[in-house]
Amino acid sequence: MLNKFLAAGIAVATLASVATAAYAGKELDAIKARGQLICGVNTGVAGFAAADSQGKWTGLDVDVCRAVAAAIFGDAEKVKYVPLTAQQRFTALQSGEVDLLVRTTTYTLTRDTALGFDFTGVNYYDGQGFMVNKKLGVKSAKELNGATVCVQPGTTTELNLADYFRANKMTFKPVVIEKVEEVRAAFFAGRCDVFTTDASGLYATRAANSPKPEDYIILPEIISKEPLGPVVRHGDNQFADIVRWAFYAMLEAEEYGITSKNVDEMMKSDNPTIKRILGVTPGMGKALGVDEKWVYNIIKQVGNYGESFDRNVGAGSPLKITRGQNELWTKGGLQYAPPIR
Amino acid sequence: MAVAALGSAPRVKVAPWNDPVIRGWVFQIVVVGLVAALAWYLVSNTIDNLNRQKIASGFDYLGREAGFEIGDTMIDYSPASTYARAIWVGILNTLRVAVLGIILSTILGTLLGVGRLSPNWLLNKICAWYVEAFRNVPLLLWLFLFYKLISEAFPGPRQAISALWSSVFLSNRGLYFPVPMADPIHKWMGVALLVGIAGAVVLHRWAKKRQEATGQPFPSISSGFGVAIGLPLLVWLAAGAPSAMSWPELKGFNFEGGTVIQPEFTALLVGLVLYTSAFIAEIVRSGILALHKGQSEAAAALGLSRGQSMRLVLLPQALRVIVPPMTSQYLNITKNSSLAIAIGYPDLVASINVTINQTGQAIENILLIMAAYLSVSLSISAFMNWYNKRIALTER
Repeated sequence: MLNKFLAAGIAVATLASVATAAYAGKELDAIKARGQLICGVNTGVAGFAAADSQGKWTGLDVDVCRAVAAAIFGDAEKVKYVPLTAQQRFTALQSGEVDLLVRTTTYTLTRDTALGFDFTGVNYYDGQGFMVNKKLGVKSAKELNGATVCVQPGTTTELNLADYFRANKMTFKPVVIEKVEEVRAAFFAGRCDVFTTDASGLYATRAANSPKPEDYIILPEIISKEPLGPVVRHGDNQFADIVRWAFYAMLEAEEYGITSKNVDEMMKSDNPTIKRILGVTPGMGKALGVDEKWVYNIIKQVGNYGESFDRNVGAGSPLKITRGQNELWTKGGLQYAPPIR
Repeated sequence: MAVAALGSAPRVKVAPWNDPVIRGWVFQIVVVGLVAALAWYLVSNTIDNLNRQKIASGFDYLGREAGFEIGDTMIDYSPASTYARAIWVGILNTLRVAVLGIILSTILGTLLGVGRLSPNWLLNKICAWYVEAFRNVPLLLWLFLFYKLISEAFPGPRQAISALWSSVFLSNRGLYFPVPMADPIHKWMGVALLVGIAGAVVLHRWAKKRQEATGQPFPSISSGFGVAIGLPLLVWLAAGAPSAMSWPELKGFNFEGGTVIQPEFTALLVGLVLYTSAFIAEIVRSGILALHKGQSEAAAALGLSRGQSMRLVLLPQALRVIVPPMTSQYLNITKNSSLAIAIGYPDLVASINVTINQTGQAIENILLIMAAYLSVSLSISAFMNWYNKRIALTER
């Protein structure tokens, strides 16, 4: 009920302020007053969000937090990271403990509506996959008939697994263990032939937990859709807009070839689109309610999506995930940002 | 004056709010009312919230298709079975490990408890160390250790250790061994086994009566076993001794055919038995020590050996002290078996967890799991109370 009033109030206020376009929602006001963005992230998943020995957070998800901070404050370092478990994450966002949740969270209808959240995009297209030992000589998930499968109980993991095997008229034996460390240990000890979880998790596990990463392959079949994205609470559409466009800016920058290395030269570009993106032609920042140099700050401090991907999970990282579905739409992938204009 | 006051205290008229009887009633009504209001508030609030959030309630989901696979089942089960069947598989798995655990830990615990009282220094110390080691480390850690040992120490299925002319295979997938092919005669052999057991019990009673009356001992234990095992064997022979076997064979990833004891089950059973037997050993020891020294001296004076005096004189008396705390240990085994989820044994909790995950009906499922554990625990309690009454000291 309260949420409805809030939403209605904000809607009216937004309408009233179309002319000025400078209305700041209460979330954004609170973040600005605090001088820091509070971002909920994973407790430690290599490549997505993990703290190093100095307590510095890095990862694909962390970069979204940094981009939002760069857009709001002009400084990507003004983020406080709150590590959250899968059980804690939604409560933490609902209760206002964090402003923004970027924690490998699958975008679904229930979460977008009934939980009172808004997903602002998809920063990683994921899906459930299989990892096997190379020694088995398996090339496709269709050859897994009769295999023993290590699986961690999850919302839909077991159902997807059973459905896939039934659809392909194959049988399997599951070994279901509650803690992820124990499932991994059982798999690497050879208790199971196959380990299944989201593909991103498979790559991270292979890179960080396996005794010899080159001994394991991840099979090409992806058996479910798991689009992972940043989430905000209902109630402050302007903040949601900033989160949405901070990520789109990273994609747009990659599409137009703007990188953290060449962004200063790009400021002198004649291309009208690049001039608009980088704020050389003003207007975009004002419309979003942030500094006109917002994209410049994001790209200079965080980099474009391609750079972030390579550094954290791609070729330049131990995970070695190929771009696949996360390639730009211009290169056959699914990553597509609406135009900044 | 004082005497009159002692005899019949005439009720002094006081204001009702000062009358202790009325006050007592009022307070009790208020307390009951508050508890009832709280219960009503919780229940109605829950139902109201569920309705408002359009969360389904009721037990209709039990008849729907479960859709998930279970790794170790005692009855036929596939993802096409219903949730009710999946939960039943879980209950059976829990019961299997609990029943075997209770039997094995009672045997091991009694041996250890008696061993700790042995005059043999080495035996005595080994038992003492065992007890201290096992009861002072959390069960969960033992389970992890045994599971790690099994999955790390044994080779994969393609390098399995084979024994007995390649009929038994040991690998990190478990112990595979051949079993007789399903045959209709097995049902009748089961019936014969039950009849045999009943016969053995009757025989034992008769032997006891005869010994009390005439002093003639009769080997009722060994002959009882003979009857219980011989009868099914006779039925099997009468049916023409069908001896087709299902042999385990390496096919693709795993062994097929035969039957298997999986590592998760072994680790859980071994962990539960070793852990609980340490407690049972102490209970047995305390039960025996509770007896007067004169009992063992009297038994020795009668010329009974140490084993005989333990079996015929000391243990029967010690049982009276042992049985009540033993009930708690049996209940502990049953409840501790829910730690199975940590090492992947598909028990009741595992089935219910997946069901909650998939149906979202947490309240109904939690009620189900509570009802299941409660009925198992109450049955154990009832049985142990009955047994306790039976062996209680009968005063003559």
